[in-house]
Amino acid sequence: MSTTTVTVTTAATAQPRPWLTTAIIWALLLTVPLWLPMLGGYTALAGRVLVLGLAAMSFNLLLGFTGVMSFGHAAYFGLGAYGAGLTLKYLTASTPLAIVAGVLLGGLAGTLFGPLIVRRRGVYFAMVTVAFGQIAFYVAYSWDSLTGGYDGLRGFSRAPLDLGFITVDITNNATTFYYFLLIVFGIATGLQALLLASPFGRTLVAIRENERRARFLGIPIERHIWMSFSISCAFTALAGALYALLNNFADPMGLHYSLSGEIVIMTVMGGMRAFWGPLVGAALFVVLQDYISSMTVNWMSFVGLIFVLVVLFFPRGLLGMLQKGTGK
Amino acid sequence: MLQLVLFNVTNGLIIGAFYVLMALGLSLILNLSNVINFAHGNFLALGGYFAYVLTPYIGFWGALLVSPILTAVFGFIIERLMIRRVYMRDPVYSLLLTFGFAFIIQDVCRYIWGPNGLPMSIPDSLATPLSADLFFITWYRIFMVAIVIGAVTGLFLFLRHTRVGIRIRAGTLDLDTVSVLGVNVGMLRSFNFAVGSLLAGLAGVLAAGQIGLNPNMGDDLLMPSFIAIIVGGVGSLTGTLFGGLLIGVAGALTTVFWPAASEAVIYVIMLVVLILRPRGLMGEEGMMT
Repeated sequence: MSTTTVTVTTAATAQPRPWLTTAIIWALLLTVPLWLPMLGGYTALAGRVLVLGLAAMSFNLLLGFTGVMSFGHAAYFGLGAYGAGLTLKYLTASTPLAIVAGVLLGGLAGTLFGPLIVRRRGVYFAMVTVAFGQIAFYVAYSWDSLTGGYDGLRGFSRAPLDLGFITVDITNNATTFYYFLLIVFGIATGLQALLLASPFGRTLVAIRENERRARFLGIPIERHIWMSFSISCAFTALAGALYALLNNFADPMGLHYSLSGEIVIMTVMGGMRAFWGPLVGAALFVVLQDYISSMTVNWMSFVGLIFVLVVLFFPRGLLGMLQKGTGK
Repeated sequence: MLQLVLFNVTNGLIIGAFYVLMALGLSLILNLSNVINFAHGNFLALGGYFAYVLTPYIGFWGALLVSPILTAVFGFIIERLMIRRVYMRDPVYSLLLTFGFAFIIQDVCRYIWGPNGLPMSIPDSLATPLSADLFFITWYRIFMVAIVIGAVTGLFLFLRHTRVGIRIRAGTLDLDTVSVLGVNVGMLRSFNFAVGSLLAGLAGVLAAGQIGLNPNMGDDLLMPSFIAIIVGGVGSLTGTLFGGLLIGVAGALTTVFWPAASEAVIYVIMLVVLILRPRGLMGEEGMMT
């Protein structure tokens, strides 16, 4: 592990006041429809933040809490999106089933691919995952008849939720759909928090901090990384499925490795050692990107500049800098 | 049919030659500095654009010589100013940094030279086909392959016989020891990065003469170059060389029988190699982690 990002290894994982951060974040998330329009935002933008934030938090299970760097998470995000979209288009008009299908597709792909990479570390892990991720991109891109190819998958839309006693219409009302997203987001991140607090989660952190010592303790490293990878992919696929529902559209660019890079920068921007860091990073990135792309056609330069500035000057991320100890 | 197969094998060798140039540069940087240069495809594009700008003044042959050197200088500066700041950090930072460069360089190329393709003129003597039967092979293609063979041979001789080359190979195996022996490792890495950029720039000039210029011209080569490295075996430049040629020819041959799968086949090769021989065809045990 790096010496710069983790100076005091035991203190680095614990935030000074984790409950305060969690409370502030939930208070903000729950009241989005009240304050966002006043700041000139729109609710769909908040939906994007939630979805990409969930993707980045799921990715961070690997980068921040297991210490391995996947650079191909767009593949699982996209598989989740296509899984949900294809289910709605060809199989059944059920939103929950579409989500389940997306999670299964992305999660299974990650689980099957996992054993091929668990022995690799560092940049080689990143290189193999990014190359593998492009397979999904080419399949979606080339299989015109099923996926719509370059133009993306259209012709499906999210269906109203039938809860048995009441039917919730999430199709038209942006606010209702936002709260639907927020509920799914809450369940997913709650599960992630439980997972990280469990013995399994602590073991992952042990692997991150000192793989050799963990191995000497008899921990099956490869199996743990595999499980962590599969779980991370499944959660990322959940985010992808929600993204398809948000846009009623699945896009091959959602599978491309440039999105993988964006997921990584969101995570680092917010702080990869903090549980909520990736969400904060996603909020920053999505808002900045939205603003910049409305101002200039050369938005790519500015996005690239964000990457460079974050790496050179804010490597600990926003929440990382707010944590105990002096920011670097 | 024979002509079709021959045509595609030639094509495959040429595409493979580009993969090799890209992948060798990436591999050099990866082995010594543990950095994946995501902007390598954009370095290639820069090399092409440099040649485009220079050709009216110093001609094609001059541009062929000068553009790769300019690309190398550019790579050297980038490494000195930014990339070497993150060597001591988690590898995620170097990835993000080069990823950001990729965005910026591509956008700047688009800003300066426009989003559309530009043609690059090559000498008439190279633009003619070999003969009426072999109408699909122009002299330019032969010339490209010859240049690539020359460059690769030069690179291997350089690494084997010069003092700097030997230091680069030694640094790949154990950088700490090389440093303790009194070598300026920082400068060695910068120089090595420049050599990698030089190869990308050379590929850029050659590609510009064949397919013209556009801001994303290197993007399609980046992933196959990664795969060439994985298939050939991380840590082995010879492996990278064969990996690049293998996937180039395999992709082109697939075009004969099943055009839609020509892109997919190189990923299949990667998966098969990862399953059957995780360290790659010529990778050494222990180099992959």
